[in-house]
Amino acid sequence: MAVHAIAFYLLATVTLVAGVCVVSARSPVHSVLFLILAFFSAAGLFVMLGAEFLAMLLVVVYVGAVAVLFLFVVMMLDVDFASLRQGFARYMPLGAGVAGILAFEMILVSTAVSTGGAARLNDTPQASDADISNAETIGRVLYTDYIYFFQAAGLVLLVAMIGAIVLTLRHKPGVRRQVIADQVARGPKTGMRVISIKPGAGIDE
Amino acid sequence: MSIGLAHYLAVAAILFTIGVFGIFVNRKNIIVILMSIELILLAVNINLVAFSVYLHNVTGQIFAMFVLTVAAAEAAVGLAILVTFFRNRGDIAVDDVSVMKG
Repeated sequence: MAVHAIAFYLLATVTLVAGVCVVSARSPVHSVLFLILAFFSAAGLFVMLGAEFLAMLLVVVYVGAVAVLFLFVVMMLDVDFASLRQGFARYMPLGAGVAGILAFEMILVSTAVSTGGAARLNDTPQASDADISNAETIGRVLYTDYIYFFQAAGLVLLVAMIGAIVLTLRHKPGVRRQVIADQVARGPKTGMRVISIKPGAGIDE
Repeated sequence: MSIGLAHYLAVAAILFTIGVFGIFVNRKNIIVILMSIELILLAVNINLVAFSVYLHNVTGQIFAMFVLTVAAAEAAVGLAILVTFFRNRGDIAVDDVSVMKG
């Protein structure tokens, strides 16, 4: 049990410290790297809870896709980030005060819920059904009871993909592009003209 | 002292407030604001998974998956808007976003 507790406190500390570094790092590149660290330690917390499937999903989706997307955008945009940091010290006391009160209240509520709610009856964590793996447990519920929500989630991703492409795609004016359809449709009638020229006049075109 | 539901909920609560704090103090830097939103959603996911595990009900993990999906979509569209805004303005100061209204 001691190892369990040590692992929990280690992962929780790393998650929270990385979270603080995300919001207070000077350079956004460092922020993204701390975000990746926070996601990794949170995935470790999920593994400790027994939710291995979500932990792997967190690593693959967040670290592999979202964080890399952030990194890509941060490095692509040539922005003076120092000017964006002004006001940090001004909002700091108010933000810290509000955050402290918020954290205090939420911990109060969560302590009350965990000691007096329905979950107090279950001491042992159980992420999956008795003799099947966590992924299989999720699959059995996801593909039966929640199949329409699953499809809707796919639709959300499709719309987001189309939206991102529509927003960022641009055709620069003045760039000559190859239009395959025009080339294929070109035949003798459109590709050639017969002009009768007067002797000595030349072609004016 | 054994680790129980309250510990995970406390971690999630503190992570959530760190995200809110990040939105407070980085009012001009929209990239860090988006990252703070990701932290908030991560805190929500920890809450959902912890409750799912301690209530012996897998539905919370399903919902955490959906939250993950929506967070990924939100990050993609948000960053696409950011790139478009940067192309138009040459800057990403959030104060100037009001000029975008049609």
